[in-house]
Amino acid sequence: MTDTDVKVVYQRPIGLTDVTTHYCPGCTHGVAHRLIAEVLEEMGELRNTIGVAPVGCAVFAYNYFDFDFVEAAHGRAPAMATGIKRTLPDRLVFTYQGDGDLASMGMGETVAAAARGEQITIFFINNTNYGMTGGQMAPTTLPGQKTSSSPLGRDVETQGYPIRTAEMLATLDGASYVVRRSLHDARSIRNAKRAIRTAFEIQKAGLGFSMVEFLSICPTNWGLNAPKSREWLKDHMLPYYPVGDFKVSEEAERVMKEVR
Amino acid sequence: MPPKGWVEINDLYCKACETCIADCPQKVLALDMSRLSIKGYHPAYMAHPEKCIACGICATVCPDAAITVYRGTPPGFEEKGTE
Repeated sequence: MTDTDVKVVYQRPIGLTDVTTHYCPGCTHGVAHRLIAEVLEEMGELRNTIGVAPVGCAVFAYNYFDFDFVEAAHGRAPAMATGIKRTLPDRLVFTYQGDGDLASMGMGETVAAAARGEQITIFFINNTNYGMTGGQMAPTTLPGQKTSSSPLGRDVETQGYPIRTAEMLATLDGASYVVRRSLHDARSIRNAKRAIRTAFEIQKAGLGFSMVEFLSICPTNWGLNAPKSREWLKDHMLPYYPVGDFKVSEEAERVMKEVR
Repeated sequence: MPPKGWVEINDLYCKACETCIADCPQKVLALDMSRLSIKGYHPAYMAHPEKCIACGICATVCPDAAITVYRGTPPGFEEKGTE
């Protein structure tokens, strides 16, 4: 074999800037960032995309992506993305939100954007707590899960039940593509990447609102290391938040088949 | 037989989360306890480069996109024939 036989199987996508992220070691925010950058690179849309950053751990997302990004007020990313998409309809517009931003403060904006069938894509990172502020209970915290604001475990009698955001948005007619994916192993990550591609293709074809929910880990606030956090996700989150396609409209199904 | 490939791990990005170490099917990777990166982590390195099959799973799961995967004979590795 000579050097000419050497092939690069994988390298860092050009859609990411050359800086280290502030995320904790093992945090799957990094995986989601990387997948979005890879997909946009493959689609050749890096110069035609506008992202909307949330408030939360991903608040500095605009530092890590090498394309246009804006920062929204807490929970208001879908509203901001709506405005951007309506003024610049030829761009790909997506929001990148955590569960505190999307499912708590911004639930109204999210549901309204889906109900209006806005031509935007939402990437929703679900790690069952408020990571940035120290792991407090979020709307997605599992029953009985200990967080820093539910030290005895979430008591559903007084603190309510977790919200399955993807299933809820899937009931809205405006939503075209609503799926949930996990980021806990290589196979799930590849499926997640396909979902990102499908969501962007659906937006490009003007077929309506798309959302991909990612089950993510939060090693620091869960008090586990990265490999154990991924086990925890598999054992505890997957039964409550099943991975699947909850809403795929007829037109979206055609796009989905092309991506496979 | 020479290994089927190799990986390069960028110390700048590696945070020693051990995700790649746990997922590597050939158990090639380990943390380099003799070195500290600029951020103060012991970065991952190829402890058993001869086992690498260039499957790319480490790069797929790496949260910090620190890994580059190459397929081919690693530089400096002399081919010994089939024996």
